[in-house]
Amino acid sequence: MSAVRAQVLADLRDRISAIEGESAKKAGCLPFGVAEIDTILPGGGLAHGALHEFAGGGAGTVDGAAAALFAAGIAARTEGPIVWCLTRPDLFFPALAQVGLLPKRVIFVESDKEEDVAANMEEAISYGGCGAVVGEMVRLPMVVSRRLQLVAEKTGTIALAVRRWRRQTEANDFGQPTASTTRWRVSVLPSESLPVPGIGRPRWFLELMRSRAGECAEFYVGACDGQGRIDISTGSADGQDQTGRSRYSG
Amino acid sequence: MLVDADPTADALALDRIGLWALGHYSPIVAVDGIDGLVLDTEGADHLQGGELPMITGMVNMFRARKLTARIAIADTWGAAHACVRAINRDTVIVPRGEIMRAVEKLPISLLRLQEKVVQDLRVLGFQSIGELSATPRAPLALRFGPEVGRRLDQTFGRMNEPIDPIRTTDLVEVSRSFQEPIGAAETINKYVGRLVVQLVAELEKRGLGARRTDLIVHKIDNTIQAIRAGTAKPARDVAWLSKLFKDRTEKIEPGFGIEKLVLVAVLAEPLVEEQKVSSLVEEKTSDMTPLIDIFGNRGQRVYRFAPFASDVPERSVQRVSAVAEALENTWVGHWRRPVRLFDRPEQIQAIAMMPDYPPATITWRGKRHRVKRADGPERIFGEWWMRPNELEAVRDYFVIENEDGERFWIFRSGDGVDPETGSHKWFMHGIFA
Repeated sequence: MSAVRAQVLADLRDRISAIEGESAKKAGCLPFGVAEIDTILPGGGLAHGALHEFAGGGAGTVDGAAAALFAAGIAARTEGPIVWCLTRPDLFFPALAQVGLLPKRVIFVESDKEEDVAANMEEAISYGGCGAVVGEMVRLPMVVSRRLQLVAEKTGTIALAVRRWRRQTEANDFGQPTASTTRWRVSVLPSESLPVPGIGRPRWFLELMRSRAGECAEFYVGACDGQGRIDISTGSADGQDQTGRSRYSG
Repeated sequence: MLVDADPTADALALDRIGLWALGHYSPIVAVDGIDGLVLDTEGADHLQGGELPMITGMVNMFRARKLTARIAIADTWGAAHACVRAINRDTVIVPRGEIMRAVEKLPISLLRLQEKVVQDLRVLGFQSIGELSATPRAPLALRFGPEVGRRLDQTFGRMNEPIDPIRTTDLVEVSRSFQEPIGAAETINKYVGRLVVQLVAELEKRGLGARRTDLIVHKIDNTIQAIRAGTAKPARDVAWLSKLFKDRTEKIEPGFGIEKLVLVAVLAEPLVEEQKVSSLVEEKTSDMTPLIDIFGNRGQRVYRFAPFASDVPERSVQRVSAVAEALENTWVGHWRRPVRLFDRPEQIQAIAMMPDYPPATITWRGKRHRVKRADGPERIFGEWWMRPNELEAVRDYFVIENEDGERFWIFRSGDGVDPETGSHKWFMHGIFA
């Protein structure tokens, strides 16, 4: 029974992707290498030729540090040069190098106006030779996101939009619908506990808030390692205090 | 030391400087009087970072060769001619639409009139351009002819004054004249595309690649508009070059119509043919230069980061050109580095045990954070071998984590014991993911 069902479902999926047209031909995806996340995502990973959106939670909505590092980790695992479009040049590259992104791969495009970021992203995506195109942007209206998504479908480049607001109160903008294929929120969590005083591997709370043709999910993950990979965190999310108080926190 | 004036040698030298400016700064350059050059920099200044960086760069270029140059930017040739000869400073930029305010106090000798006419006007009591322009035209025209009115109109931009650009014989140039003036964007695009094909064929014949290419638009009302496109390395690719111009077709104002399009490669460098497919394995190296050129011609800042040998965090990265030779080396990754680094560290209040414990609490931007965990100190010494006043300076960096899991990079200026090493104040310097 279940085999028949699986076959029917696969057949239906094929027919739908045939109707969708061109996007299906460039299909392919970038798996996270984490079974729990890859099974949730349709296709088994982050789709190539699609727009993916990342935002921080809490204070991360303003600094966008975790979201940017998550995007950098994804970009590090692609092939080819990366174009990073931004307006506020406060990124510290050594941190990106620590998740496996080499400085020679990344070309930064800094513009004065917020609107230019989307235009530059579109240009870079349509160029076609990039591994990933990252843009740090405040606003991502439906029309703009739709354009980026369509261009990405055409060339098969991964487009990563890091949302970063001026004020924490503006971040409810993230609830507005956009045409992006997946939408993630990355919030920082207390780091993995160490047997000695100090800070262990950073942990993130990863929310998959929207996924086209897929389900939403939440994960507790360990932050990107030297090759840009995340993994399901083993450290306990709560009760950090019980494992031993830091000598310094007195 | 006194040297006899040599007008012919001066004129030749001025021509040489003009050709140099043609290759570097602007597609339209002409000799202005006996001691000046006039450049139409509209649509070309962004390649030098804007008007002010462009002219200060020019002045410095001359100064490096022990020459003194004065440069003025104004809306019209006449106004710029008058301003540049009146200023004491090296540079002046007259804002758009402010010609009147800039030139009204200047003497009439700067109006490019004949010496005789200027003398006669002085006799009549005219001293400044402002006085002359406020006088009724008819009596002036009756007495001195139409020249005075024409020069005034040209100075204030009421009458156009096309600049006839200088050219050398070895410039690669293709042009197309139209029987009927054209104006539609699609038509312009079509003909620009054809000109690029011709230019590329011409360049190929000579084994050159274009670094700076100008599109000069002659309109039927005798005005000239120019668009300049620069490339990061010699280019002879039709798609690449036409993209750079088609990107900016909307900048062309056809007005009553365009009668001639000229495409010139003002700066060309040797470009040899390369065999693209040479190995059996398909290599996946994509050349990003065309994309970098598109961004550069749009006025965006395009760069890469590269490591710089310094322990001080803000000095450890440097911006390099996006087309610079790719370096393999990267930063030494023993210590954690924050994703966001503040331009200038923000002072925070901290309660900490001296000398080398991390703070127990910090107050940053009016919010108190209890420090749950911390790593440190990572001590960074001042670079006394480069900056003598940093001989004693010390920074102690700590990574701290608060109860919510937010991780910050803070430092104390000073080693916690010796007041010589720093103020012992605490600063927030970055945010970790």
